[in-house]
Amino acid sequence: MTTFDFLLQGLSVALDPMILLYALIGVTLGTAVGVLPGIGPALTVALLLPVTYGLDPAGSLIMFAGIYYGGMYGGSTTSILLNTPGESASIVTALEGNKMARAGRGGPALATAAIGSFIAGLAATVLLAFVAPTVVKLALVFGPRDYFALMVLAFVTVSSAFGESARKGLISLFIGLALALVGIDQLTGQARLSFGVPQLLDGIEVTTLAVAMFAVGEALFVAGQRGTVDDEVIAVKGSVWMTAKDWARSWKPWLRGTVIGFPIGAMPAGGADIATFLSYAAEKKMSKHPEEFGNGAIEGVAGPEAANNASAAGTLVPLLTLGLPTTATAAIMLAGFQQFGLQPGPLLFATNPQLVWGLIASLLIANFMLLVLNLPLIGLWVKLLTIPRPWLYAGILVFATLGTIGANPSPVELSMLLIFGVMGYAMRLYGYPIAPVVVGLILGPMAEQQLRRALSISQGDLTTLVGSPVSATLLALSALALIVPLILRARGKGKVLSQLASDED
Amino acid sequence: MKHTLFAGLIAAALAVPAYATDYTIIAPAAPGGGWDQTARTMQEALQGEGISDSVQVQNVPGAGGTVGLAQFVSSAQGKPDQLIVGGYVMVGAILTNASPVSLADVTPIARLTGEYEAIVVPAASEIQDINGLIEKLKADPGAVSWAGGSAGGADHIAVGLIAKAAGVDPTKINYIAYSGGGEALAAILGSQVTAGISSLGEFKAQADAGTLRILAVSSDERIEGVDAPTLKEAGLDVALQNWRMVAAAPGITDDQKAAISADIEKMVQSKTWQDALATKGWANTYLAGADFQAQLDKDIAATGAILKDIGLVK
Repeated sequence: MTTFDFLLQGLSVALDPMILLYALIGVTLGTAVGVLPGIGPALTVALLLPVTYGLDPAGSLIMFAGIYYGGMYGGSTTSILLNTPGESASIVTALEGNKMARAGRGGPALATAAIGSFIAGLAATVLLAFVAPTVVKLALVFGPRDYFALMVLAFVTVSSAFGESARKGLISLFIGLALALVGIDQLTGQARLSFGVPQLLDGIEVTTLAVAMFAVGEALFVAGQRGTVDDEVIAVKGSVWMTAKDWARSWKPWLRGTVIGFPIGAMPAGGADIATFLSYAAEKKMSKHPEEFGNGAIEGVAGPEAANNASAAGTLVPLLTLGLPTTATAAIMLAGFQQFGLQPGPLLFATNPQLVWGLIASLLIANFMLLVLNLPLIGLWVKLLTIPRPWLYAGILVFATLGTIGANPSPVELSMLLIFGVMGYAMRLYGYPIAPVVVGLILGPMAEQQLRRALSISQGDLTTLVGSPVSATLLALSALALIVPLILRARGKGKVLSQLASDED
Repeated sequence: MKHTLFAGLIAAALAVPAYATDYTIIAPAAPGGGWDQTARTMQEALQGEGISDSVQVQNVPGAGGTVGLAQFVSSAQGKPDQLIVGGYVMVGAILTNASPVSLADVTPIARLTGEYEAIVVPAASEIQDINGLIEKLKADPGAVSWAGGSAGGADHIAVGLIAKAAGVDPTKINYIAYSGGGEALAAILGSQVTAGISSLGEFKAQADAGTLRILAVSSDERIEGVDAPTLKEAGLDVALQNWRMVAAAPGITDDQKAAISADIEKMVQSKTWQDALATKGWANTYLAGADFQAQLDKDIAATGAILKDIGLVK
């Protein structure tokens, strides 16, 4: 049988009314937990595991996958409307999405996120069905040195993508890298910068930092400026729906986001957050309206949102074909498989074709369900913004605090939220970009570990870093990304100098 | 007289919690991991078999379980309805993290399950058996890179023990730590490292599919269904079980400890528990009472020694 026959067979499993019900429960729950900060898809699936013990394996696994996809949809909502990303994959969405919402374009932002997620989810699921075995082989080619080169590329593109001043951007990035050093060093097991506080041994939680910097910092900033800015509420300006221009500007980022997200999700050390950063950087580079970035560019929402859904599908590739979970949610889904006596791995496609193809087909259907579920809700969500500002920001503070305590109930975590919130306020006050701090915290440890692993394997030989075709290519690209703008700037000196001058005040 | 009767009533009322059937189990790890799964399987078995009316599982992740352990020691003191799941990894983590609390601060009840380590190479590797790997290790310890789980964990300790047994300086081993056996698996399959070491369960499916070759296992006897010798057969005096256990709160009375031990024994013998072990592929290595305490003391001493040899603990 060909892949296509298998997929048809899978669709016949997926269209069973009970299976459809499981999928519907999954996507609804997933959307809900995605919207609520603090509860992620990983925790939800963990809580449901014991409940599903006696249920049908296929149905339960399809429900879990629905929760995963749904969480990726729902996560964008709070990022865009409240600037409180519930998970690391939707941090980038908050950058442009929240600016759009504050300019009265919350509706189109949510719509491009939902439709982008749908298209990326659909395309990536089809890719999952057809190319899973090949993608796995490619992903295994990536060794530590190749990952390191990928991180270097991400650092270079990201530090040039965020903020107007390279100096301020780099300072922010290095603050993030410094924070990333806190905790147990994964390669030697030694504690660094933890000052004897046990909660710091595992490092600083990314979502705590992101919520503190984005939401708490923002709330303090708004409170600090009260009286000087007008309190006019701009809920919706123009249509709630996307205009023809929005469509025209969104479709390419959706596709590019899919192309970036899927393979990165499939890589064992990839992950949705890296995919969203790279997609954001790519969109900023390619946009015809780069000046809009930072002020609510629709491409900056469309691309990363497509990328995080595509990477969710990508994550299923190593999970199903290697039994290798690359995210927390995938790890719990693996536990779910094992609960039913199924071992994901190279033999799963051969021993349980009905289940695997049923699961893949259900994901296609779940995607349609999510679109139908999410689009009508947009009108409801944007009403949130008509809440008067003091109430809205009070609400955001409550949500941010509850989310943080919910995810990690400890006074240390709460103190970190407040300290980083104040730090976010200070950075905003002096015009330092926030995003590079978060990027540094997420990518810093990965880059460090992969570099040290690469050097450990080569026994200290530095040439190993350019020793594979993949790493050499990626490093060359990074060098280009660094040097080309420098040359361009040198040629158009006047413009750059005026820009630098305007940065200084 | 009236006074003593009253006091007796209070004593009786206070004694009731000793036989309370409600439990809270702390899983000192994030949802999804081995300890979390152990705690949730216990929850299922204790409730399903009617041993306990209500069992709550609470996740307190962090630092190899030492964050959860510290919280448990301070908040559960003398409470007979509080349990914590732990394991061999905790023994190492307590030492490497210089944790202020240790397993001596809780009341160990029983070892529940265990997994053995497997040493693997990719199918395409030129190394055919464990002796081939040991020869390479003896020739140049640094040239053999081992991928496994977190630094100071069971996988790392096993490599240290193997090196020591083979007469190789354990400080010279080239151990590449990954966040878990799964992430290490990708590096092994991609031939990024010489060999891999982790729980047998992480590698079994790949070995069955012929993409990995199991060179040896760390059990005392050969494992059914696994075509590989034990390390002992290969002349290396190393046996290591990555076990998981359940412990009760510090400061409970002997009666309370006996009641909990009885409940756990009932759970281990139940069909729900046995079925769960079978589907998850966990070995039943139940060990309780003085035997478990003796095994625990032995593991703590041996782990401390090897971590010093590797250079992770000073």
